[in-house]
Amino acid sequence: MDRIGLGLCWAAGIALCLIAAAIVGFMLFKGLQFLRPDLLVTSPVASQDQSKSGGFLDPMVGTLILTTIGTAVAVPLGVATAIWLSEYARPFWLARAVESGVDIIAGTPSIVLAIFGLIIFQQSFFGFLSFTAEGGAVFGRSFLTAGLMMSLIALPLIVAATREALQSIPGHVREASYALGKSKSATIRRVLIPAARPAIGTGAALGMGRIAGDTAIVVILLGATALQAEGSTPLFGTLRGTGSTLTSYVYNNSPAGEGNAPEKAYAAAFVLLLIVIFLNFSIDTIAGRRKMEAAWKG
Amino acid sequence: MEGMMPPPIRRIVVDEPATVVAAPAATSQTNGSTPSHSSPVSVTAPRRRAASLAGGIERMATHDLSILYGDKAAVKNVSLPVRQGEVLALIGPSGCGKTTLLRSLNRLVELTATASRQGRITLDGQDIDALEVTQLRRRVSMVFQQPNPFPMSVFDNVAYALREQARKRPRKSELGPAVADALQRAGLYDEVAADLAHPALRLSGGQQQRLCIARSLAAGPEVLLLDEPCSALDPGSTEIIEDLIVRLREEVAVVIVTHNLQQAYRIADHVGFMYLGELVEYGPAEQIFGSPQEQRTQEYVSGAFG
Amino acid sequence: MSAPPLTKFARSPRRSGESQDRRTELVLGVLACGVLALVAGMVIFVFAKAWPSFSHNGLKWFGPGGDVGAQLQAIFNSPADPANYVYLLRAWPLIYATILVTASSVALALAFAVLSAIFIVEFAPNRLRRILEPTVRLLAAVPSVIYGLIGVLVLVPLVGNHLITRAQKESVIFVVQLTGNSLLVAVIVLTIMITPIMIAIIVDALRSVPNGWKEGAAALGVNRWRVMWTIVVRSARPAIIAAAVLATARALGEAIMLAMVAGSVAFSPNPLDGPTFFLEPIQPLASTIVINAEGLTVVPFGQTLYAFAAVLLVSAAGLSLCGYAAKQPLKRYGIRA
Ligand SMILES: Nc1ncnc2c1ncn2[C@@H]1O[C@H](COP(=O)(O)OP(=O)(O)O)[C@@H](O)[C@H]1O
Ligand SMILES: [Mg+2]
Repeated sequence: MDRIGLGLCWAAGIALCLIAAAIVGFMLFKGLQFLRPDLLVTSPVASQDQSKSGGFLDPMVGTLILTTIGTAVAVPLGVATAIWLSEYARPFWLARAVESGVDIIAGTPSIVLAIFGLIIFQQSFFGFLSFTAEGGAVFGRSFLTAGLMMSLIALPLIVAATREALQSIPGHVREASYALGKSKSATIRRVLIPAARPAIGTGAALGMGRIAGDTAIVVILLGATALQAEGSTPLFGTLRGTGSTLTSYVYNNSPAGEGNAPEKAYAAAFVLLLIVIFLNFSIDTIAGRRKMEAAWKG
Repeated sequence: MEGMMPPPIRRIVVDEPATVVAAPAATSQTNGSTPSHSSPVSVTAPRRRAASLAGGIERMATHDLSILYGDKAAVKNVSLPVRQGEVLALIGPSGCGKTTLLRSLNRLVELTATASRQGRITLDGQDIDALEVTQLRRRVSMVFQQPNPFPMSVFDNVAYALREQARKRPRKSELGPAVADALQRAGLYDEVAADLAHPALRLSGGQQQRLCIARSLAAGPEVLLLDEPCSALDPGSTEIIEDLIVRLREEVAVVIVTHNLQQAYRIADHVGFMYLGELVEYGPAEQIFGSPQEQRTQEYVSGAFG
Repeated sequence: MSAPPLTKFARSPRRSGESQDRRTELVLGVLACGVLALVAGMVIFVFAKAWPSFSHNGLKWFGPGGDVGAQLQAIFNSPADPANYVYLLRAWPLIYATILVTASSVALALAFAVLSAIFIVEFAPNRLRRILEPTVRLLAAVPSVIYGLIGVLVLVPLVGNHLITRAQKESVIFVVQLTGNSLLVAVIVLTIMITPIMIAIIVDALRSVPNGWKEGAAALGVNRWRVMWTIVVRSARPAIIAAAVLATARALGEAIMLAMVAGSVAFSPNPLDGPTFFLEPIQPLASTIVINAEGLTVVPFGQTLYAFAAVLLVSAAGLSLCGYAAKQPLKRYGIRA
């Protein structure tokens, strides 16, 4: 009986090694095989001919824009929520409700968030965020709307990371700050947030990875098209317009999408993977630095 | 069902009447069924047992034992007998290697990746390396400085070792008597009998430590290692546990680490004084506390007694 | 004369600190409540939009009956006149597919993840552990679309060309086409996708089990495997439940990857088909939404898709509730949740 358990354990471990090696090795191989520099600097072109359908510059820009918007919204909101939950949390029932609210967002599939975003942003009140058709129907799809929904993906991660960091700050640190005559808000600004900064960074990096990797929101809220600016204002026009990201590019160029250009899908997937690896690496660096700082503090 | 029978070691004790006779004060309360801390003798008397210089059978011994963490020696060339029927106390300042020595007796040091061992340890004349490590630890059990009951009910804690030793998973009703017996020997039964399903982690510190002793006793050990079992406890609990140890010594060989010298004086038959990893002096408690041979022992013991 | 103003003066900096504190609390509180309002808005809006689909079908919405694909097509082709909208839907095949693929991959992944986590924490050689742990964390972060891509370009052709026999194809030819896009591939890829997430959580939990408990068990003569299984895994149950809940939520909501590998045919695989059962295509709820995203503008069709989203939303909320409830009895014995 024990032998079986132990054997299964080793089998699972070895299988894990093999699968991990296979996935990483396969993506590396395919990526290096199909990634050519010109793919990175040309825009996609609708063409049946593989050699003329261009690269994935636009999707890369799209991923960048979405990740930026999503993180920029999620970090302040998430940090504020986390601070309120761990430092104030009054009244009690409201805090519990907010806590479960964050949990619900964390558990909600991104496809549901996408659908919800579409409903919300098609209200004429939010017309300024996207394109409005002749009859006054709001399109609801744009970088802004997709980015806002993306922030909800990152939000629970940032809240959790920040709360954990705040909770691990010992109570006497706060008391010392109050003893120096600092107000609570000054304590939060000067003591707590700086102490929690590495954790916030970790949470944000995790969130960025999730945003960069999400497809459902892009397909539904961004249109998964080439960059199509809306209106003439340069930057804001792009943000109000639709576009695509690396994930939707991979999806569309896989046999399941319309494009069916596996080589380009592999190349784009490889770039996406590099982004995720980079974010992961930065998390480790932040976490490692935090450990070292903790060691210095004794 | 092995768990149901009294552990074999008690039979060995019965076969060896000399040790039973040698410990009159506590012997009257053997077989553990009566809680003993009501005994007035143990509360007032400076020593809780009569001297047993004759010595019991030797169960374990270390021969030139050294333990290294990395290349730093924590225990140096220690040779020490562990006898049944008496309590061996290890004393010494903090960091002198008492815990390390104790943990090497049931090869628990091997859980520390950096630790390495030189020298031999025998159990009943047999090298412990020749035994399977799980077998060894069943025979040489350990109670830790910090009470560490498992996050289960009181019953499940004590039954844990029995269940793990059984070939087929025994039913609860089969385990009942053995669990009750172990709790009784640890002097905890009366306090928890009403609710054996009580979460172990909600007991008081002293109760938790006695539960850990009961847990070890249920496994039927021949040697019981106690690492500062009272250091985290209040005086009341300490007294109960001291009583308990004195009673246990005729069933199992007891080694206790303590840096409380009064405690060592109260309960130990033999005492080993350790300093910086070395065993400076080993001898009967009267000798160590009364007329130590070594200068360092003298200083340490007198410092403690005033 | 001079005393009262002085007191006032002395107090005033503290006053301003207090009022600033109150303002900070208010701002933070309002932001936090914004999150709550968002959740409430989400539930209300999605349900309001989905309501026509539910109300026209009643409880039969969840039941079997007819061909879902054809029903969806009919809804999509509804006349433009609101009075004549078509709503008829029997969504059971989609729900069945969701349950089937989620339950099987979570069950597989749970066993695989617990065993692998034990391996990493206790048995793996040091060098292997140092490579394996970051790799697992990386795999947990790999976007699902990449798993989908590997699935559709590697596993689907493999199954389609080598595993499915001619006879199997012919045996179900009048019901469904076997292409390799199948329940089997869906479960495999989904399992591989959610396992690293679970491993990462469970490894952390196994590590944080107090060393004293492990040593205590080891000192009783229990071998390493039994110590892990009876003490460490037991104490880590709340985290294992949390990991399972998180993984289930991921699996439930996985849209793109399943749309790529599962076949996108609203078909209910029949266990009576024997081994062919695993080779039949499926279409879970979440992928149905993505695949049909272009139809969202057709009012009744959009409302039907919103109904799918509503079902997913309720399931996800129910799931975290179940996880919470499952952890409660463990608290009694001091296992930290
Ligand atoms: N796991 C370990 N790794 C390295 N050194 C250790 C470890 N445990 C104990 N030591 C060292 O070994 C010496 C003896 O420790 P210990 O046996 O715990 O002493 P005692 O129990 O007498 O206080 C100390 O110097 C301690 O620093
Ligand atoms: Mg010690």
